[in-house]
Amino acid sequence: MSHDHGHSVVVPAPGPGFLPHTVAHHFDTPTQEFQSAKLGFWLFLATEILLFGGMFAAYFFFHQAYPETFHQGGKQLSWELGAINTTVLLLSSWTMAMGVRCAQTSQKNKLLVYCGLTVLGAVIFMVIKTIEYMAKYEHGFLPVFGGMGYDEATGQLAWYKDYHGVMEGVPFGNLFFSIYFTMTAIHGLHVIIGAGLILWIMKGAAKGRFHAHYYLPVDLVGLYWHLVDLIWIFLFPLLYLVP
Amino acid sequence: MTTHVPALDIHTSEHGSKPNYLNVTKGFKSWALTLDHKRIGLMYLIGVTAAFLAGGVFALLVRLHLWEPHGALFTNATYNQIFTLHGVFMVFIFVIPAIPGSLGNIVLPLMLGAKDVALPRLNLLSFYLWLTGTCFALYAILAGGFDTGWTFYAPYSLYTNQAVVSIGLGIFILGFSSIFTGLNFIVTTHKMRAPGLTWFRMPLFVWAIYATAILQVLATPVLGITVLLVALERIYNIGIFDPRLGGDPVLFEHFFWFYSHPAVYIMVLPAFGIVSELVTVHSRKPLFGYKLIAFSSLAIAVISFLVWGHHMFTSGQSTYAMFAFSFLTFFVAIPTAIKEFSWVATIWKGSIAMNAPMLYTLSFLIIFAIGGLTGVILGALNVDIHLHDTYFVVAHFHYVMMGSIALAFFAGLHHWWPKMFGLMYNEGLAKLACGIIFVGFNATFIPQFIMGSRGMPRRYATYVEDFEMYHKASTLGAIVLGSGVALMVGYLVHSLLAGKKAMQNQWGGVTLDWLSPTPPPLENFDTPPVVTHEVYDYSVLDLKTLQTPVR
Repeated sequence: MSHDHGHSVVVPAPGPGFLPHTVAHHFDTPTQEFQSAKLGFWLFLATEILLFGGMFAAYFFFHQAYPETFHQGGKQLSWELGAINTTVLLLSSWTMAMGVRCAQTSQKNKLLVYCGLTVLGAVIFMVIKTIEYMAKYEHGFLPVFGGMGYDEATGQLAWYKDYHGVMEGVPFGNLFFSIYFTMTAIHGLHVIIGAGLILWIMKGAAKGRFHAHYYLPVDLVGLYWHLVDLIWIFLFPLLYLVP
Repeated sequence: MTTHVPALDIHTSEHGSKPNYLNVTKGFKSWALTLDHKRIGLMYLIGVTAAFLAGGVFALLVRLHLWEPHGALFTNATYNQIFTLHGVFMVFIFVIPAIPGSLGNIVLPLMLGAKDVALPRLNLLSFYLWLTGTCFALYAILAGGFDTGWTFYAPYSLYTNQAVVSIGLGIFILGFSSIFTGLNFIVTTHKMRAPGLTWFRMPLFVWAIYATAILQVLATPVLGITVLLVALERIYNIGIFDPRLGGDPVLFEHFFWFYSHPAVYIMVLPAFGIVSELVTVHSRKPLFGYKLIAFSSLAIAVISFLVWGHHMFTSGQSTYAMFAFSFLTFFVAIPTAIKEFSWVATIWKGSIAMNAPMLYTLSFLIIFAIGGLTGVILGALNVDIHLHDTYFVVAHFHYVMMGSIALAFFAGLHHWWPKMFGLMYNEGLAKLACGIIFVGFNATFIPQFIMGSRGMPRRYATYVEDFEMYHKASTLGAIVLGSGVALMVGYLVHSLLAGKKAMQNQWGGVTLDWLSPTPPPLENFDTPPVVTHEVYDYSVLDLKTLQTPVR
């Protein structure tokens, strides 16, 4: 078993308050480890884009099929709240990028502050999203939370009520809200996962795990957060502004 | 000449003192929490073999039911569940993970001269995701089963009163298992190659697994979102695929085949890789057209994304789209044919060893030629309108999936078996089993080609009496095929218990997998290998190692 641990490469800490990093046993150099993880993570991000790609394809398909529905549906969303959320996410992407920079320059406290600000951005985003969902719920437009079931005889969907009759006269108003909800909810799930990952980074950062010689996890979580931001940058105009 | 062989310490392992990956640690946890690619590969091997046997039992039940025109065994509803189980187990739980998960995991890092895959934890996670997805499938069976066919076509999959959500989530999870395996292999191929192992010195199995991995990473997420939408549809009626709510079932077909056509190549490309390795090793001759085979794998990976519409010629898609899909379907046959010709040309004038792995490989070459060419027939628009959803299609894809992919998997299993365990199976029985499987397979599916061309529709629980003769022949063939597989499992298990010791380099391969000690130690090589010779350069073969028994 000495074979197992005999030749681990250790990356030294840059100074007091930081921890050294041990390169995984099957890698020869820290560079090989860094590049492997980074390539793997880019590939993972590609799968995320394709996952959303299916939903974007559905969006474009139904937008083509029922343009009036999407026009009328988009008007029910508050572009002001969407714009605030876009700004919040863009700013949080900037704070995350600053956090990665601070990890690379071994500035532990600033890394913690920037990560904290990023999590704050995620929280603000989710609060505003919840306010929007509640408004949709009150209008009878929210799938999943609005209930289950479809009455074949009356053609009545449990979740789609349109209490104020704003979608009257356009075909299948439910489809706009289905797509709006599915895309933003899966995006919101990514925001929550991203915030959790950043909290995990903060835990490691507090212990001094990340510094100029080893900042790989910060870098990867940063990439993830930018992807979450990027997807929203496409969702916002398509859902809120196209009408 | 032997001076070209890198220092690989084959001779030090002769003394028998060094532990290998099988006995270096003991106990349940040392396997359940292992990060070693070879152990993970072995766990995959056991898992996918169990899935294959389960799928095989379902297949035999289907065939036995069809012994009588009115159905011999089940109600029609149960029959629908049985063939769905056969399809789901074989496609999602066996064929897709089989070769990459088991042989790919075990062999790929060895071939690259690496200590492990690049991301060993992700590798273990991928295995457990496979296990979890399979548990969802088993749960779905207990929860009443599912009767949609493996394709889950909407709107039926939205309306049927069965456990579609459980199996859908199972497939979502299995999909992520496949994605992580592929992702891992791409990174491993890029970052873990031994010094001197340039891209064009990589064995073709690596090229094939690499092309497969690209497909796994880029196609599978679309299946993931599709089954997720079906689940949301069933529980919450979001309406995207439901025509009652304004949705479009044809959109489901597009999404499904956007994944599932590339998935055919996720299944078959690793089989191509195995065959490429085996034809050269067992003919003791460098591959004819090495670069052509390597690039044709990548060409297939690209073109296969653009042919999904050929599954939907009767769905009412636009005529122009059908022309394009039909043309591209013919087009994807070209890189595939390049491979077939290259393999045959490799064998030509080689010094062919007629051992069990080679017999399985030769069976593959014959069966795949039929499977591939009938695919081209189906790609023709006017012919497909007649043959769509008949047994002709069933026979065609079984010639590819069972006859080609499963046989290539068996070939690879027999080829690397001595490498994995240091033990040999009974060669005589292996050749006999291969013969039985070959005969049984053709006896099962040639009648299906005939009755399909005469209009026997697929998935029917009953049939008109004119087809009785073909169905009976097919069922008899399936029984022969099943007994061949049972014999194979029998002698392979026997070899683990009482097999003779294998040789260090049983077949005389010159790729790094054969130059590592047999069975390999925990980190594969006693000293890190350096590659100084071209791939498949048999002049560097150290004949002495061929006669060196394991330990």
